[in-house]
Amino acid sequence: MDATVSTPRPGGWHRFANPGRFLRLAGRVTPPIAWAGGILTAAGLLWGLFIAPADWQQGEAVRIMYLHVPSAWLASAGYFGLALCALSSLVWRHPLADLAAVEIGPVGAGFAALCLATGSLWGRPTWGTYWVWDARLTSMLVLFFLYLGHIALIRAFDDPERGYRAAAILALIGAVDLPIIHFSVQWWNTLHQGNSISLTSAPKMYIGMLAPLLVSAIGFTLLFAALVLARLSAAVMERRTRALLLAQVRSA
Amino acid sequence: MKRKHRRLLVVLACLAGLGTATGLTLAALRNTIVFFLSPAQVAAKPPGPGQVFRLGGLVVTGSVRHLTQNGHPVNDFTITDGKGSVPVVFAGVLPDLFREGQGIVALGSLRPDGRFVATEVLAKHDANYMPKDVVEALKKNGEWRPSQGEPPPAATWDFGVRTQGANARGAPATQGG
Repeated sequence: MDATVSTPRPGGWHRFANPGRFLRLAGRVTPPIAWAGGILTAAGLLWGLFIAPADWQQGEAVRIMYLHVPSAWLASAGYFGLALCALSSLVWRHPLADLAAVEIGPVGAGFAALCLATGSLWGRPTWGTYWVWDARLTSMLVLFFLYLGHIALIRAFDDPERGYRAAAILALIGAVDLPIIHFSVQWWNTLHQGNSISLTSAPKMYIGMLAPLLVSAIGFTLLFAALVLARLSAAVMERRTRALLLAQVRSA
Repeated sequence: MKRKHRRLLVVLACLAGLGTATGLTLAALRNTIVFFLSPAQVAAKPPGPGQVFRLGGLVVTGSVRHLTQNGHPVNDFTITDGKGSVPVVFAGVLPDLFREGQGIVALGSLRPDGRFVATEVLAKHDANYMPKDVVEALKKNGEWRPSQGEPPPAATWDFGVRTQGANARGAPATQGG
């Protein structure tokens, strides 16, 4: 296997695919992103769990929202990132894109699992059931399984390049689930309620609940980014270490 | 044409094909992926007696009665989607969010007399989130009655509900903390 990761020609946005430049940049931006994410997440959760008002219908159970909505958003956004990695791996053969796909998978799967678990716990007191097979819940479960399949597939081959290729195709095909998740509550009758926040209409939520939700969502997003950057840096360094050791063994 | 441009075209063509195929499949399945039928759908194409399906709609205001049948308490209400309505009987515990004007989804089957016998009732809450004191203020002002449908948009009450008369209320934001 090519030990010294092949370097694309400099210039344009391709220069960010240079692993050395990535390591330097990630080393500088990861700590502030992690700190900002930790502080905003803590602030958003404390605000949402203890200060924001209870909902008039759902009572205190509505506070699960401050965990459920950010994890649902990140499960989808993470998979979108996975699909972008797949595209740049298949088309431009970026060496970092494959490593990033390996590292995004488990983080995104964790948020998808968190979304399903919190949603289930929220459903019991409000709807009266932990689970129903409606379009929104089912498509989110499918996304979780797509993550699991991707995690397994990308690690399944002795030759990592073959795993990268197969997993990239799976990630791109699975991306059709993302619009289905988003629009499921509009296209079909579902038990899950419609979107409270959208780009095209005013939020259907009291501002004192909306604000902590946004803070929490931004905080979790930064944490997600910091986690992926740290994992990716570690993966690049691991690759370099292995290359150095191999070179030593060969020269000895 | 460079090789990476050709790869990009191939990937985009595959994605376009896949997207179209998925879209057509979902459009074809449109009527079978529904989680519940609305009263209008039931009226147009009634499922046979004894066939179990889910029925969803809003609880009609003033229709909820708590009866006793054979010594057992039974909930009796009507659900509507604005176009049709179906009477429902349910001998079980209603969810906390059950109220007049609330959306619900009931599992059960139609009796020959057209009444829907439910074995399970789930509450379907809407996408509106608001604190209790705002709801109380809106109700007091006569701006919204929860049994009559969707609340007014959040932008109209986010920074306090304007009250008529002397007993001016503070903004709910201060009470929310």
